[in-house]
Amino acid sequence: MSTHAHRAAASDHEAHGHHDHHEMSFWEKYVFPLDHKMIGMQYFFTGVAMGVIGALMSYAFRMQMAFPGKAVPLFGLITPEFYNSMVTNHGSIMIFWFAMPVLIAAFGNFLIPLMCGCDDMVFPKINRLSYQIFLLSAIILLVSIFMPGGGFGSAWTSYPPLSSSATYNQTPYGAPMWLLAVALEFVAFLLGGINFITTLMNSRAPGMKMYDIPVVLWMIVIASILFMASVGPLIAGAVMLFFDQTMGTGFFDPARGGDPVLWQHLFWFFGHPEVYVVLLPAMGIVAEVLATFARKKLFGYKTILWTAIATGVLSFVVWAHHQFVAGIDPRMANIFTVTTLLISVPVTEMLFVYIATLYGGSIQLTTPMLFAIAFVAEFLIGGVTGIYLGASGADIYFHDTYFVLAHFHYTFIPIAVIAVFAGVYYWFPKMFGRMMNDFWGKVHFWGTAVPFNGIFLPLFYTGAAGDHRRSFDLLNFPEMNQPALIFARQFATVSLLVMLGFQVIFFINFFYSMFRGRKAGANPWNANTLEWVAPSPPPHGNFAELPNCYRGPYEYSVPGRSSDFWPQNEPAN
Amino acid sequence: MMESLIHAASSYAGEIDNVILVIAVLSTFWLVLAEGALFYFVFKYRRSKNPKAEYITGETKQQMKWIHWPHNLVLVCDIVILVFAVRSWYHVKQEMPPIDEEVKVVGHQWAWEFVHAGLDGQLGTDDDVATVDELHLVVDRTYKFKLEAADVLHSFSIPAFRFKQDAVPGRQIVGWFKPTKTGQYDVPCSQMCGIGHGIMGGQVYVHTADEYRQWLEKKSAKSAVISVKGVDQIAMNQGGI
Repeated sequence: MSTHAHRAAASDHEAHGHHDHHEMSFWEKYVFPLDHKMIGMQYFFTGVAMGVIGALMSYAFRMQMAFPGKAVPLFGLITPEFYNSMVTNHGSIMIFWFAMPVLIAAFGNFLIPLMCGCDDMVFPKINRLSYQIFLLSAIILLVSIFMPGGGFGSAWTSYPPLSSSATYNQTPYGAPMWLLAVALEFVAFLLGGINFITTLMNSRAPGMKMYDIPVVLWMIVIASILFMASVGPLIAGAVMLFFDQTMGTGFFDPARGGDPVLWQHLFWFFGHPEVYVVLLPAMGIVAEVLATFARKKLFGYKTILWTAIATGVLSFVVWAHHQFVAGIDPRMANIFTVTTLLISVPVTEMLFVYIATLYGGSIQLTTPMLFAIAFVAEFLIGGVTGIYLGASGADIYFHDTYFVLAHFHYTFIPIAVIAVFAGVYYWFPKMFGRMMNDFWGKVHFWGTAVPFNGIFLPLFYTGAAGDHRRSFDLLNFPEMNQPALIFARQFATVSLLVMLGFQVIFFINFFYSMFRGRKAGANPWNANTLEWVAPSPPPHGNFAELPNCYRGPYEYSVPGRSSDFWPQNEPAN
Repeated sequence: MMESLIHAASSYAGEIDNVILVIAVLSTFWLVLAEGALFYFVFKYRRSKNPKAEYITGETKQQMKWIHWPHNLVLVCDIVILVFAVRSWYHVKQEMPPIDEEVKVVGHQWAWEFVHAGLDGQLGTDDDVATVDELHLVVDRTYKFKLEAADVLHSFSIPAFRFKQDAVPGRQIVGWFKPTKTGQYDVPCSQMCGIGHGIMGGQVYVHTADEYRQWLEKKSAKSAVISVKGVDQIAMNQGGI
């Protein structure tokens, strides 16, 4: 068996003192590590830092939306150029430099070897290279904002000819640097994805069959496959766009035989699967947390797995619902409406399964569990509002309004913020060997979940009333200049300030607990999966003795057993 | 429902609003059901009330039906929504009813140029009337628009008409609308088009036939002078008549 062979080789390495033949220097341990956990941490801290920057950008433009033309504390007067740059970079950062690194790279790196019971990733050097390229891409993006002409401001979708010509976008450096940063970020995630897939397929603990793999690992790997399969066309598109920007080619220039709509197809062929690339890992995290704190077996493990795969496959044939009114052949809209409505079936099925998992449980409302339940509750709203946009007729009206914006924030914030918090509170004891404070965790939870609705529920309303996106001052439009709409925009902005304020509690709790928190044992939540077998925090090499796997990951409350959990590594007798 | 938020001023606004209403009813039903089940379970099966969890795999036929039935019903709802959505889409975007008049719309960074057919009712003749950021229409008349973009993508959007269409450089995209209520409505650009995107917005004025004729005559008188007597006359006009 290849699994055994690989593991034998791995333990052979260890026998020769591969890991610990000398004390690692600071540089080896923290700056150029090969250990999957440390690379995961690097991704985590870089991703969170980028998320904070992205959140500050949203503060800048939300203040402008609520109080147009007034100086914003920290930022001053928001010019249209700066507004566009903030909107564009906020979107890019939150998806490419926050959601992906944290959800896939940080959790993927940290969890895959630990949960499948091996000592490290299969290709640790590729793993390190992946992070270094990612860091480079983040630096290029941040520098681009301060270049002459300002940061790229043609929206994160970067539609040409606006994005391809400095004459039109007036950001001669911002535009190509943004594109370069995005392309490098893709390279980083391609490298990371190779590692995730190979490690999960080849290095599982002996006895861990396909259906014994924890859902979160499946989700990260399916997401990596989706990413790798969808990103190719966009990389090709990015190269063409880069040539258009810097060398005067005309791939997307109609005057020279190009076609601007071609970019939109390439972008959304990637862009829609990308939604599921970040959704699936979040669903995975939530599955782990729900099962552990409901003390229940996940309802229909195979259903979850196959609906995730079905969602992934379907996600490749829905892209043009972003382009109903973009000038594509109108007949295409009908086909893409069918596929788009179809994808609602596996996604609702997954959510029903999560709700059904709670049935008959013994639910502990710990901080991670609160976040996991909130994920399901909020994502449902994001899901149903998507139907308004996937239905071609209704999308004629809703396209590019704040309704769209509210809809996808109701999917992305549950994914990239709420599910990530669920994961952080859940795995923090494993990461740092200490517990986070539960009381302050709950304060942070309510301070996040309530104002989040306060931001985006009003934006459904303003969007339905016609507020269109990406406009730096809606008061220029008489129909949008009404007291009720102005009040709703201000309400959203104030809610954002409250939500941002409560994140301070999280960071204090996080860093205080890292050094001063209550010591956590190896398995503080009485969970089943293999990462809880390793010491907290796990040393380089993870396990004192590599575990075997005897059963599926969710054998909670099995009848006839005295304890309500049954770790995967515990022999039957 | 939508009319309380924004005017419904075109022949198909009501139809689009109906699609939205159908989706609202069906999706709200499922949302309330799912949220209700979620919060009921969290409340009912909290640890203090239910210290020992049940062991349910969710893999027997008996258990799977709790997922499969809702999923089949969701599919039925999807089909209902699909019928409404595609029907309205077909009507708005794929059909071309008999046309009363044509109008040309060109998106520029950052203004809308509208070319009206003028007194002869024909586009592309000498008496065409071009305006910037104001579109004048007659109520209950069906218009075919010819949409172009001069530089980058723009989106020709009239929320009160429930209408939107991107303008693509290098192409002329046609479509139609029929205003049904007089008044003044926004024509914002709905596609990011650069620094001035936030100020790019015209107004559409829906007139009665008489009002429109008056407006047109006033406009045509000026442009007729220009076209007939040439540049000198313009200079004279500007010198103050």
